Amino acid sequence: MSAILPPPKRVWSKEPIGRDEVLWIAIAFVWCMIMFFMMPYWHVYGKQNLSAETYRVKPELYAKAAQDMVDKYTVRTETDEKIPVVAPPAGSDIYLIARLWSWWPILELEKGKTYRLNLSAMDYQHGFSLQPENINIQVLPGYQHVVTIQPNRSGTYAIVCNEFCGIGHHKMVSRLYVK
Amino acid sequence: MATAQALFRICPRSGLQFHKSAEGLIKAHAVAGIVMLLVGGVLALLITLTRWQAIHLVDADNFYMFLTAHGLDMLVAWIIFFEIAILYFCSSTLLRTRLATPRIAWFAFALMVIGVVMWNTTIFQGNATVMMTSYVPMPAAHWFYLGLILFAVGALIGCFVFLGTLVVARGEKTYEGSIPLVTFGALTACIIAIFTIASGAIILIPTWLWSIGYIKHIDPVMYRVIWWAFGHSSQQINVSAHVSVWYAVAAIVFGAKPMSERVSRGAFLLYILFLQLASAHHILADPGVGTEWKVFNTSYAMYLAVLASMIHGLTVPGAMEAAQREKGYTKGLFEWLRKAPWGNPVFSGVFISLIGFGFLGGITGVMMGTEQLNMIIHNTIYVPGHFHATVVLGTTLAFMALTYFLLPTLFQREIILPGWAKWQPYVFGGGMAVFTLTMMGAGTLGVPRRHWDITFAGSSLPYEFPGTALLMMTLVGLSGVLAIIGGAMYIIVAVGTVFFGKRLDAGAYTTQISPLRLPPVAAALRGHGVVGGGFHAPGTFTLALVFLVTFVLYYFVNWKYLSTVWGLS
Repeated sequence: MSAILPPPKRVWSKEPIGRDEVLWIAIAFVWCMIMFFMMPYWHVYGKQNLSAETYRVKPELYAKAAQDMVDKYTVRTETDEKIPVVAPPAGSDIYLIARLWSWWPILELEKGKTYRLNLSAMDYQHGFSLQPENINIQVLPGYQHVVTIQPNRSGTYAIVCNEFCGIGHHKMVSRLYVK
Repeated sequence: MATAQALFRICPRSGLQFHKSAEGLIKAHAVAGIVMLLVGGVLALLITLTRWQAIHLVDADNFYMFLTAHGLDMLVAWIIFFEIAILYFCSSTLLRTRLATPRIAWFAFALMVIGVVMWNTTIFQGNATVMMTSYVPMPAAHWFYLGLILFAVGALIGCFVFLGTLVVARGEKTYEGSIPLVTFGALTACIIAIFTIASGAIILIPTWLWSIGYIKHIDPVMYRVIWWAFGHSSQQINVSAHVSVWYAVAAIVFGAKPMSERVSRGAFLLYILFLQLASAHHILADPGVGTEWKVFNTSYAMYLAVLASMIHGLTVPGAMEAAQREKGYTKGLFEWLRKAPWGNPVFSGVFISLIGFGFLGGITGVMMGTEQLNMIIHNTIYVPGHFHATVVLGTTLAFMALTYFLLPTLFQREIILPGWAKWQPYVFGGGMAVFTLTMMGAGTLGVPRRHWDITFAGSSLPYEFPGTALLMMTLVGLSGVLAIIGGAMYIIVAVGTVFFGKRLDAGAYTTQISPLRLPPVAAALRGHGVVGGGFHAPGTFTLALVFLVTFVLYYFVNWKYLSTVWGLS
């Protein structure tokens, strides 16, 4: 007679189902299908999809690629630590290193142009969080993730670390410029 | 048959039949759970007052240490201890049978306690500040992983004791036909738990070996995928368990019969089939995993587990409505709800849990679990906002509500401070609702989770979050404190009742299983429930449509927001 007792009829599976339940299940099912098809739909027609392009990489090799970019395209340095500000050409591979506890280097990009942003961590896991845009991507050691980005607004952005990476985690914050 | 001694006790208030072997174990697990809730609650206060930027109470070292312990003590210890209690209750008590292998069950309990002590000791010595997730390659002392493994093994044994008890009940024919719906829900939780704990073992044992130097490297992608098969699926145990509690309370308070056994059981079956795919929810912003894999898994194979939750969301209050209507509360759409026992914390707790879980936890969970939308949410404080709505507002509040039923029946004590008990679900639920909403608001503005200082004091390139974000974090602090007061009220009432409550008539122990005795409230209701087509719960159906409209609007608002951010491909 109730949910905490065995069902009254041995063959409860043949009881009829109320119309409200049937209708709700149908509505909910349709909604579930709409939500499911939104994802592939956005992959075809939407402009914000996270790339799955990934390579395994040794941290030293990744750091070297970033260093090469810095050597070629540094336009100035900032802060007492002399962090290079790099303005690489549109369309090129640009590299961002995540490590305890900084992002390196500072990138300077142009509005409306596309870039192949490479992300990888030197040590622990980190979280790329672009503010105030609020784009968030996990950054893992040993994996080089290539995301094609197209900044659509100029301004000064911040890159915050939003994956806990030890005691200096909250100091891991940097900049990104879009001209 | 093991009924030579007088071991069965019929509770004179509820008609439930407790077997001595299960009684002690249910009590022990419930008490251990509440002790962990107390520990986790104290930590919650310290954490909340630190993220409230104007107070910023504890230093960074302690903040991260407390946050690690808070996660594990609440999400793992409190909830799983209480869930094992529920499993034993749903098997031994509801099926009126002895518990299978009580000695092994006590051994399992001991393992769990040792595990909890081990990880807490390691964390508070400062050797495992790695957060609950302990993502490799950030190392923790090996005792930390070992503690988790011991706890998991204990819980796993508990699951098998539950299954064994079902076998005993069937063998000794203590019930006829099928097991009750609530027991079926508990069985669902148990099956998911076995999958979950196996995943935990598969990843934590190698990680433990890595921490003592036997294994050189643990791949971070592999760790994340398998760890989350443990970490997320364990939340699905909670969903199954608290949905079972919802059904149980509908039956206990209203004498409600499920609208349709077929529908409710089918929905639980969907949980078993699809819920464990949710590991993917945590991998959506990751490299190294293909897009198709993400889309299929994150949607639980086309949202079939979401469908199941939407079904329970209709059928639980629908069953209450049908029962209330049979009692004569038939005016308009909502008389049944207006005349519900809002002063009874068993009911109010469950109803707030149901609404909170659905509107705040469920909808936001689907948002974050949408592959592209995840990018504007991942690892922001929106995430803890979401899971405090599911696990605290949903699961914890449902368990609190059940406690108010168990105190007089299982512990045979009259509840002390009934006025406090009456208000507790509102204080806790209200505080938690604002807490989760403001956390999600702050997350939408980019505030990161697990972060000691969002003003970035001392950094050479600080970022200033919008003023609204800081205001949101202040509200998180205020409402968090309110929720903690609600939690403290619960602990005071529960512990106070166990120690100082007036003893109630326990009912004599007898040797035999007596025939089915319905609780008086249930006995009166036989006619309601589905007897053919038609609308049995029009009020609930209307509420469900309100839910759907909220869901659809919020869903597309998020897509709209996503469409304005930088192009990504």
